[in-house]
Amino acid sequence: MMHPEQEVLLGVEENGPAEVESAGGKSDASAVVLRDLHKSFGSQIVLDGIDLTVGSGETLAVLGRSGTGKSVLLKLIIGLQKPDSGSIRIHEQEITRLNLDAMNDLRKKMGFLFQHAALYDSLTVEQNVAFPLKRHTRMTESDQRERVKELLAGVGMEADLEKMPSELSGGMQKRVGLARALALEPGILLLDEPTAGLDPITSGEIDELILKLQEEHDMASIVVTHDLHSAKTIADRIALLHEGNVLMEGSFKELEKSDDEFVSEFFKRDS
Amino acid sequence: MPSTLISVWGLINRFLEWFGDLGLFAWQVVRSAARRPLEGRELIRQLDEIGSRSLPLVALAGAAIGAVLALETRSSLVQFGAKSLLPATIVFSIIHETGPVVTGLVVSGRVGAGIGAELGSMKVTEQIDAIEASGVNPYKSLAFTRIVACILALPLLTLAADFCGVMVGWIANTLVEPISFHKFINQGLAGTSFNDFLAPTFRTTVFGLIIGMIGCFQGMRAQGGTAGVGRSSTSSVVLSSLFVILADVILVKLILVFFP
Repeated sequence: MMHPEQEVLLGVEENGPAEVESAGGKSDASAVVLRDLHKSFGSQIVLDGIDLTVGSGETLAVLGRSGTGKSVLLKLIIGLQKPDSGSIRIHEQEITRLNLDAMNDLRKKMGFLFQHAALYDSLTVEQNVAFPLKRHTRMTESDQRERVKELLAGVGMEADLEKMPSELSGGMQKRVGLARALALEPGILLLDEPTAGLDPITSGEIDELILKLQEEHDMASIVVTHDLHSAKTIADRIALLHEGNVLMEGSFKELEKSDDEFVSEFFKRDS
Repeated sequence: MPSTLISVWGLINRFLEWFGDLGLFAWQVVRSAARRPLEGRELIRQLDEIGSRSLPLVALAGAAIGAVLALETRSSLVQFGAKSLLPATIVFSIIHETGPVVTGLVVSGRVGAGIGAELGSMKVTEQIDAIEASGVNPYKSLAFTRIVACILALPLLTLAADFCGVMVGWIANTLVEPISFHKFINQGLAGTSFNDFLAPTFRTTVFGLIIGMIGCFQGMRAQGGTAGVGRSSTSSVVLSSLFVILADVILVKLILVFFP
């Protein structure tokens, strides 16, 4: 018989491994499961009991007004912040009780695109993308170089290997950030406002790129965005956050047709 | 409660909170030290950045101190008929106090500001979060390497400052009254033991620890955009200089107790 603590560490809790049937029809064992997640900053409650599940190969777009904790949600999933209470399970593993080494091992299986790309400004484009490879693989220099070229070619940036991040436009920085996030072939991709601050054409290009990468890599993706058009294009399922909770979850069409006053107002703004 | 009392209480509270946070930060750095990888390449890069690139400034400061000591002390010693003590005064003063302290203050200005600004900038642009998100421990790769580089570089830089100070002290002395370098050094080191030289030089490892730790701590807690980077840079210099001086007072007393 398994000790209760072992059960928790192995993620075999009372509810058993979660399964999800996604709107996109990509049904699989769940990659990310959030249960009753709470997070406050001082007296400000940001997340107040969030429940969400994302299946392998599924893309979930998280929408909501500014300051509703969408980016905080991503940072909790990758362990950059700790929740006040609740459960976060990544591939069946409860991360809220993991030690730093185990968390770092898990982080290698996740890719994170920051809102402003967060490229290392003292490294070239090539060095930025090679950073995770250098740190976590035993690849030779030439293999790393090949892999970096391949990743940058995948995002259309193969001609800019030697450039510094300051020489790139916002859209180009996002592309390089995406290439860096994909370097270790993660099973889960977290995207924080991938199209924020970009013109509609560049936003469209980034959306197409994300769709292409999803097809190629079959990852579970969570995309935080304000861009309804982008959410409609890339997401299998939408979760709308409001007042610290998931107000509504479903396909874009389901949310668009909702009678809920807040949901319809949110979706009307862009139509 | 009078408003002055409230503001003093608030100040004490903030100071204690800062100390608590610094303690937690130091604990994270110590814990990270035992983890792989060793970060040898980054440590060498930091030794170059902190050590080699501080050398010209530290050497110049040491030389200036040597010249000032030679010129200022001469007239006083001549007045008291103790001119023959001039080499000993210069050498002893540089090795014991001025060399280590001036090195500590010069490095805290140059390196403290550099670390505070660099890490502060990385913090506000989420680069430190990006490092952490990619499964790399920033306390090891960013803080530990810089702190160890400061600890290793400070005694070496102090030696350079001491050397330049003594050399320029001799030159300044010789310009007024020629004396051979051999005689100057012999007179200067007369009556001093190896401990007189070792303890003051190695107390600068503590200065290195202070400069590295405070620079990294202030940088990695920066917030509020470019203004926040400016604040972290300034506070790194101010606090590390202040703590270098305080540590000097305490260490001088300890050295006198253990190496009388």
